[in-house]
Amino acid sequence: MRRFQSNRGLRSWAVVSGLFGSLLAAPMSWAAAPPGAASCIACHGADGMGNAAAGYPRLAGLPAQYLADQLHYFADGTRNNAIMSGMAKPLTAVQVTALAHYYAKLKPSGSPAPMPTGAAAAEGARLVLRGDWDKGIPACIRCHGPGAVGVGENFPPLVGQSATYIEAQIKAWKDGSRRGDPLGMMHTVALRMTDAQTQSVAQWLAAQPLTPSKSTSANH
Amino acid sequence: MTISFSLAAQPATDRAALGRKLSSLACSLSAIGLMVTAAHAAHAADAPPKSEINAAVGTGATFTPPPESAIPDDEFGKMVKLGRDIMLDTPKYAKAYVGNTLSCVNCHTDAGRMAGSAPLWAAYVSYPAYRGKNKKVNTFEERLQGCFMYSQNGKAPPLGSEPLVALESYAYWLSKGLPVDEKVAGRGYPNLPEPALAPDYVRGQKVYEAKCIVCHAANGEGQYVNGETVFPPLWGAKSFNWGAGMGSYKNAAKFIYANMPYGMSYSLTPQEAWDVAYFMDAHERPQDPRWQGNVAGTRAKFHDSKFSLYGTKINGKLLGDIGAPKAR
Repeated sequence: MRRFQSNRGLRSWAVVSGLFGSLLAAPMSWAAAPPGAASCIACHGADGMGNAAAGYPRLAGLPAQYLADQLHYFADGTRNNAIMSGMAKPLTAVQVTALAHYYAKLKPSGSPAPMPTGAAAAEGARLVLRGDWDKGIPACIRCHGPGAVGVGENFPPLVGQSATYIEAQIKAWKDGSRRGDPLGMMHTVALRMTDAQTQSVAQWLAAQPLTPSKSTSANH
Repeated sequence: MTISFSLAAQPATDRAALGRKLSSLACSLSAIGLMVTAAHAAHAADAPPKSEINAAVGTGATFTPPPESAIPDDEFGKMVKLGRDIMLDTPKYAKAYVGNTLSCVNCHTDAGRMAGSAPLWAAYVSYPAYRGKNKKVNTFEERLQGCFMYSQNGKAPPLGSEPLVALESYAYWLSKGLPVDEKVAGRGYPNLPEPALAPDYVRGQKVYEAKCIVCHAANGEGQYVNGETVFPPLWGAKSFNWGAGMGSYKNAAKFIYANMPYGMSYSLTPQEAWDVAYFMDAHERPQDPRWQGNVAGTRAKFHDSKFSLYGTKINGKLLGDIGAPKAR
């Protein structure tokens, strides 16, 4: 129930798998880091929590299907990113699945960024928890869940991501360099967000704990 | 883009000549623009469908309720805030009167503020009013009781009880400055053109699978996180009961057309909205609390409308044939 636009991607993956499939003789365990993960660790960290300063995202505990989709999208250009495209293109479908399950099972860790102060924090909280419906911006938590901890395979957690990464993604949805969102929902919403709103949302989300307290649900 | 590229490729003299012909070019621009748009659409197969920013677009609504930041910091403001909280998380803040996992906000976008999404301010200035549903003049609080009995599949909070006082306070506060007028623009859900084809289960299922399943899940059961509803169940034991307004597929089609998916108002065609509403309302859900002892009698008394599928056979099953409502 999740792939919305990647028939094209699946076809090219079939070709890639055919070329590289023979290299995949060794059986892989999802408990240990699969061989391909060495390249990931350089930027995403051994704990899979990314690198906030560089804007490399958290992978730990993200839905496996979501992670696999993203690797496919990097490979076929649905997500336009020079570094990740180069990383994802040589991966076989089996390697993608192994990496996706490995990172999905890693437990997220770490502490949130400091909460911004003043009007920016209030605006971030308002947009994340209530949205700006007059401008066509639904609240983030309406789809990403209370505490923005993620919902199912299609709506990834937003907590545990850095402000740099979140801001860059909203801008990428906006300018079309990132696609593959169900129904084009993120593109549609991002087009309506100002740069200031994007920054407020990103900073407020980055300051949230991985495990939400009740106060981060809808009732604000 | 095509135009500037070809201009730049011309020698200077040709460019000057072209410049003199700008006015004639301008005449062709709109045609070229159409071609460029079509080419772009062909490339961007995953481009989102055209949508409006929200349900209010096209309703003619001019009223804007006050911002939440203006809720007064006093005893009255506390009650207003409680009303707002009940709207956003009904199972938590009105627990004793809720029998399912829905919240008011699921059908009243933006906590009842949004025109074209049955805003509370429009309802507030429209009551008391006669309702065919219970065949008497209803006060605003009595109207709210109906939401709890049917949409929330629960029981009516007593008149004057805290949930009703809170919701009434919130609705009053939202509607400040709005004249009493049951015809206020933005009330209810916007009218939808009649469908060209009679609403159809199979077509509706296709719309559901393409546009709704990503949030509401394969069996209409919705999605939950840590025990809280994120995407509400559309049918089944945890959804609204057969007496709810959404059980009329006309009403549901109007809501869906103006409000669904989130952020993509009016992106379905009217036909798609009718079909998917029919599909949703062609599933089983909790019994109508006005149960008359049998399906035929209940249909005759309360569902005598082509927009209610209660008591009709869909895919060989008689909808509503699930016995008496469960006691609350």
